[in-house]
Amino acid sequence: MITLDNIHKSFGDNHVLRGVDLHVARGTSMVIIGGSGTGKSIAIKTILGLVTPEKGTITVDGQDVSQTGDRDAFLARFGMLFQGAALFDSLPVWQNVAFRLLRGSLARPKEEAHEIAIEKLRRVGLTPDVADRLPAELSGGMQKRVGLARAIAAEPEIIFFDEPTTGLDPIMAGVINDLIREIVTEMGATTMTITHDMTSVRTIADNVAMLHGGKIRWTGPVADIDGATDPYVDQFIHGRAEGPIETVR
Amino acid sequence: MSWIAALGRAALGLLAAMGRVAMFFGTSVTHLLRPPFYPRELALALLNIGWLSLPVVGLTAIFTGGALALQIYAGGARFNAEAVVPQIVAIGMVRELGPVLVGLMIAARVTSSIAAEIATMKVTEQIDALVTLSTHPMKYLTVPRVLAATLVVPLLVAVGDVIGIFGGYAVATGTLGFNAAAYIQNTVDFLQMRDITSSLVKGAVFGCIAALMGCYFGMNSGRGAQGVGRATKGSVEAAAVLILAANFVLTGVFFSV
Ligand SMILES: Nc1ncnc2c1ncn2[C@@H]1O[C@H](COP(=O)(O)OP(=O)(O)OP(=O)(O)O)[C@@H](O)[C@H]1O
Ligand SMILES: [Mg+2]
Repeated sequence: MITLDNIHKSFGDNHVLRGVDLHVARGTSMVIIGGSGTGKSIAIKTILGLVTPEKGTITVDGQDVSQTGDRDAFLARFGMLFQGAALFDSLPVWQNVAFRLLRGSLARPKEEAHEIAIEKLRRVGLTPDVADRLPAELSGGMQKRVGLARAIAAEPEIIFFDEPTTGLDPIMAGVINDLIREIVTEMGATTMTITHDMTSVRTIADNVAMLHGGKIRWTGPVADIDGATDPYVDQFIHGRAEGPIETVR
Repeated sequence: MSWIAALGRAALGLLAAMGRVAMFFGTSVTHLLRPPFYPRELALALLNIGWLSLPVVGLTAIFTGGALALQIYAGGARFNAEAVVPQIVAIGMVRELGPVLVGLMIAARVTSSIAAEIATMKVTEQIDALVTLSTHPMKYLTVPRVLAATLVVPLLVAVGDVIGIFGGYAVATGTLGFNAAAYIQNTVDFLQMRDITSSLVKGAVFGCIAALMGCYFGMNSGRGAQGVGRATKGSVEAAAVLILAANFVLTGVFFSV
């Protein structure tokens, strides 16, 4: 459903993506792992057109994303949780969650949007009393979950989660992992998740891809990851300081 | 010869920047005309830019009008022309000082806050989030602010003009011994329609410049707190200089007979 073909992106002389090839099939969950700063977030942003690659093509359902006529309709199919939550700090929590339901092509009555927002907040483990607070009044982990609720509020068919469990306690992380898995199996959504947490990888993923050196170093079904012979993957999933991936100390 | 090259580069850079600003303005105009529209954002911008700027505009105008009356009286006394205080205060306020001072106050108050707000949104990925939620940042952020400023700053200028004239009146009748009724009569008789039109047109142009610069610098902000700081500083500088330059041009257009 989503295909990246030879994607290149640099910032000045920092050549971040050097030919990324990746395919995500409809209704499956792809998890992207890789060291900090390897360009995982940038890779996802290229799909949404937030970052324009210098080279390469990205297709969604066979259609080139750089040539979508109706951008709003195209983007209405996606949900995105940003690494830093990126909540609108001038709007109360519930209006953040229901942002898309309050305006534009998916607009519906205010009461209904409010109800959906409360329901989505509940699904990410937040009580209705946070709904009227401002994002700045929430903890980092709570903001992350509001961002998650916003990403899933309009029930999009393709959802990107950038580090959904970072900053959460282990129990809440478990709840979120299960929620993402449910979204794939029950709602049939196609998801891409970036994470550093191996528990998340094992719960969420159908397939795993490891980004290193600007390319997809390894990709395969999650069941194969422990048997992977690639030394980079091995070092990463076991969190070893020694190995081919250089660590600066 | 290197200074020629440097000069050329600076000139080209300036031209390119002007081109980018013009493109930015053009894009916001096209978004102004096409739905969806965001009336709630427009209402908020009108409140912020218009209503909440009234105190600072009023205070600026009243002190300026007062000082103007004192200066004209003192200067006029040197050739027995003290009597022109009402006329010159009226012209000075309505034609130049009202629009320029209000414009500069709006640059200080509104341009800076728009730039800082939008730059912060940019830096914290809120602009990206808007895009992913099928909301065009130009439509949602820029259009309401620029439209609101263009509509409401002329009104602020009108208020500033009136309060400035009142400041002159208060000083002239209070300490300089002018007759109250005659002062008002002189002011009203002397002002022409053209003075008032020029004042309001200047207000609209300055308001548009102020909001546009805030949005432009905010949207093009660099990363981090430093990026926000630079965007804010740059927006106010650009808005102030452009307002003064536009004022010069508009004065030429309206009053060079
Ligand atoms: N707007 C930008 N301007 C310049 N460089 C950038 C920009 N955005 C990202 N980069 C650079 O691109 C590289 C990849 O960034 P990215 O955010 O994709 O990393 P990541 O893999 O998501 O890391 P993490 O796991 O820490 O989130 C980094 O070296 C970063 O410095
Ligand atoms: Mg990242």
